Amino acid sequence: MAYRDEKLHEEKVFKDPVHRYIHVRDRVIWDLIGTPEFQRLRRIKQLGTTYLTFHGAEHSRFNHSLGVYEIVRRIIENFRDQPFWDDDERILCLCAALLHDLGHGPFSHSFEKVFDLDHEDFTRAIILGDTKVNEILRRVDENFPQDVADVIHKTYSNKLVVSLISSQIDADRMDYLQRDAYFTGVSYGHFDMERILRVMRPMEDQMVIKESGMHAVEDYIMSRYQMYWQVYFHPVTRSAEVILSKILHRAKELYMANEYEFKLKPTHFESFFLKEVSLEDYLKLDENVVFYYFHIWKEEEDAILSDLCRRFVDRDLFKYIEFDPGNQYRELMDLKECFNEAGVDPIYYLEVDSSSDLPYDFYRPGEEEERLPIHLQLPTGELKELSRQSDIVESISGKKRTDHKLYFAKDLIEQLPEESDIKKRIYEILKG
Amino acid sequence: MLEDHARLMAFFEQAQEVVGRKRLQKMVYILKKCGFDFSERYSFHFYGPYSEELSTRIEELCNLGFLDEAKEKEKGYYQYRYHLTDRGAGFLSESGVTTPNMDAVIQKMDEQSSKFLELVSTMLYFDNFSKEEIEDKVRTVKSQQNYTEADFEEAWRFINDMKH
Repeated sequence: MAYRDEKLHEEKVFKDPVHRYIHVRDRVIWDLIGTPEFQRLRRIKQLGTTYLTFHGAEHSRFNHSLGVYEIVRRIIENFRDQPFWDDDERILCLCAALLHDLGHGPFSHSFEKVFDLDHEDFTRAIILGDTKVNEILRRVDENFPQDVADVIHKTYSNKLVVSLISSQIDADRMDYLQRDAYFTGVSYGHFDMERILRVMRPMEDQMVIKESGMHAVEDYIMSRYQMYWQVYFHPVTRSAEVILSKILHRAKELYMANEYEFKLKPTHFESFFLKEVSLEDYLKLDENVVFYYFHIWKEEEDAILSDLCRRFVDRDLFKYIEFDPGNQYRELMDLKECFNEAGVDPIYYLEVDSSSDLPYDFYRPGEEEERLPIHLQLPTGELKELSRQSDIVESISGKKRTDHKLYFAKDLIEQLPEESDIKKRIYEILKG
Repeated sequence: MLEDHARLMAFFEQAQEVVGRKRLQKMVYILKKCGFDFSERYSFHFYGPYSEELSTRIEELCNLGFLDEAKEKEKGYYQYRYHLTDRGAGFLSESGVTTPNMDAVIQKMDEQSSKFLELVSTMLYFDNFSKEEIEDKVRTVKSQQNYTEADFEEAWRFINDMKH
């Protein structure tokens, strides 16, 4: 039997708190799960620094990847024998679902911003490079790794296949919303996925939803909206992200200046600082390694690096206030000067954080063909964009709420002499 | 702080006016590919390279009153027209962000249709492939657009002009 079609002697199951069971019968899926590159995802948290706000949010990209695989497996079960669905694409869909986040690094968001990296490039590199994952995929077919990479990269010829893993209602989003809600313990983020799976229909270029399933999809869109504001963009989590970015900047600055002697040299970070990150270097750096450095760097001679690491490890985060750059940008300039005058470096202890700094996609109805929207299939067969049928979705697809906060090390300001003019001035500006 | 916002505002200042969200997405992508420093990350979507970060940042600039967005009805669909406001220009001049002159590339893009910019940006998305592979890839991912040999030739000329 060809490796592509090979089945395990008996089905393997993973217990899962969101989907109850994750079922694996295909040999190739089982082998991929066992690779070091996939096991590495156990050491990358799904929500980065969110665990500092919601203590339950310790789940990993490993959990999520299995979850996405399971949802795609169930969708394909439902699609069997339906028009437009080609069951020869089944194993490709399952592999792409399982591997879609393979290139995520530790605290992806901050790392990618600071070091100008893109996890999608590393997903591709792992799938196509000299790795165990590639070795297994090539056993299916020499071109199979490229096909899997193309599906994940959204450039595969069959757009229906792409839409299962990446569209505005896909397995990726359906898993992370439910999983993140479960592990953070919040009550929003839940929706009736079973119902959505039952009303999904394959079409030539995309999945569509039977009109009767509109309310289940409304719930899903509302979940996305609420999870964004209540969990993903939580101001305390953002504070931890700000400090994390500052640590990486400071370590890089010290390293590049070549004048500072680290007690613990940033060996695992060197290629990141020098913008020469090889796949081997990338795979070596997981969150356990990053934490080890941060722990040790608490004892560094450099006061800023040690202070920032202490803040991150001990959860002594920056405070924040609401900030309106439209009306307050002059105050921000003043504040920077005051921080400088007070001997508190504003580069490391003052930051404006905006909602656009966080990668998250609101539902977009696809005006001007920016993104493919969710389509409802009416009983006549006609397709209608979701927000044109649903008042609820229309109401949150219009003018978007955006948000800016000013983060700062309040404790350092409090330590300034009580009667100092600069302290008073800083408080005046902060209090508006 | 807010440097990414300021860089976008500098683009709007130099472009004076941008009509269409799709066009805006493709213009910033092409500028990025020409080496101009925009931080917004792009990935491939149904209609070519698209940045959710850019969409959100544009919404922020509008909400802050730095950018004006006018919604207009055009042949059965809506399109959006953007220009920098006085408040935005004020912020930009005080931000201290220095931006290179993008005028020449912006002017070249202004002379082209959105559909053409979509083709160019999609070709640039695959620029790590050979010329033949890029054309194959574009034909695969945008099969419904039915691009002709002449379209590709014109797009290649445009890309070469821009990069030199």
